[in-house]
Amino acid sequence: MSDLKKEWPLWEVFIRGQHGMSHRHVGSLHASDEEMAILNARDVYTRRNEGVSIWVVEAKHIGASSPDQKGPLYEPSNSKVYRHPTFFDIPDDVGAM
Amino acid sequence: MYAQMIKSEATLDDPEKLAAFQARIDAGDKIEPKEWMPEGYRKTLIRQIGQHAHSEIVGQLPEGNWITRAPTLERKAILLAKVQDEAGHGLYLYCAAETLGVTRDEMTEMLLDGRMKYSSIFNYPTLTWADMGAVGWLVDGAAIMNQVPLQRTSFGPYSRAMVRICKEESFHQRQGFDIMMKMCKGTEAQKNMAQDALNRMWFPSLMMFGPSDKDSTHSVQSMSWKIKMNTNDELRQKFVDQTAPQAEYLGLKIPDETLAWNEEKGGYDFAEPDWDEFFEVLQGNGPCNVERIEARQKAWDDGAWVREGLMAHAEKRAALKEAAQ
Repeated sequence: MSDLKKEWPLWEVFIRGQHGMSHRHVGSLHASDEEMAILNARDVYTRRNEGVSIWVVEAKHIGASSPDQKGPLYEPSNSKVYRHPTFFDIPDDVGAM
Repeated sequence: MYAQMIKSEATLDDPEKLAAFQARIDAGDKIEPKEWMPEGYRKTLIRQIGQHAHSEIVGQLPEGNWITRAPTLERKAILLAKVQDEAGHGLYLYCAAETLGVTRDEMTEMLLDGRMKYSSIFNYPTLTWADMGAVGWLVDGAAIMNQVPLQRTSFGPYSRAMVRICKEESFHQRQGFDIMMKMCKGTEAQKNMAQDALNRMWFPSLMMFGPSDKDSTHSVQSMSWKIKMNTNDELRQKFVDQTAPQAEYLGLKIPDETLAWNEEKGGYDFAEPDWDEFFEVLQGNGPCNVERIEARQKAWDDGAWVREGLMAHAEKRAALKEAAQ
């Protein structure tokens, strides 16, 4: 039986697809350290030229909002429709705006 | 694909919560790992995604068997890339399963001690080079049939893994068909080899979809949870309808005397595989079951010192770094 506590830690992988784009989460993998996580990410997530840059971060360091908080967390923005430009009626005569 | 006979786990949750959960699924919501889900949903998914992942990994063995004997350097490079993809697919899926609260090591141990299965198809041997063609064409073809609809499955991480896998899978099927085309345009002996591979792989490929709907007892709950998107027979029919004309194109004969186009139903009539054989293979009595698990066990045991050594190295380096700060 293996010692389950000795399992390599989990890393989350973020890849920049092209220059000028932001890094995007693509998945996760196990690796013993950061260097190996980047090499594994290269093999697992960029076999078809999907990236020009890789970020890895150990999964335990990621803070996440709780699904139960969905209501209170996002409610404040629900009621502020005037933040969207379509809220305002600008006459056609004004031209492009 | 690669998920056969997945038993839906019973669920003992609060009926009100269950109904709200079902409503989310019916509305097309994706369920994410930290959200509430019925225990049965979680357990069934662990079993299904785990079996799917194991199939990708064990599926490397029959093809890996031919890497060193590929007929040209180009074929060798292609096969190597294909087998590497399968490893990647296994990893995407293991990660998806891990979000449900099972560890990678636990899944590996469940595979090795027989608590988890992999697809029956990988318990058949690959005897000739033409089998590389037949596996890509038929086995990956059948996998695609099943995986394309699973991109819409209700569990977010599983669905995202499927999207990645499907993007890569059509290369696999095409490289297989390409091998078959080459052999069918070759010498008489080469064409016979291709026919022989089709003869051996046809019924095992049909078995990949699992037993007939009338004997498939686990489908209803999984379908309402959108863990399973189509019935076994629907997918099998679709596969035969797609594959029969391709065999004709190759000039090969599908080893089924009853295979015939049925105008009325708009699909082919075909013979069912031998289900006794299927259940025997699932029970562990197929031609290669023992060999496959032995190979996985050996890889696991032989890799132990690497897993432990690299972890020890990482811990030591982290300690040194901390001491220096």
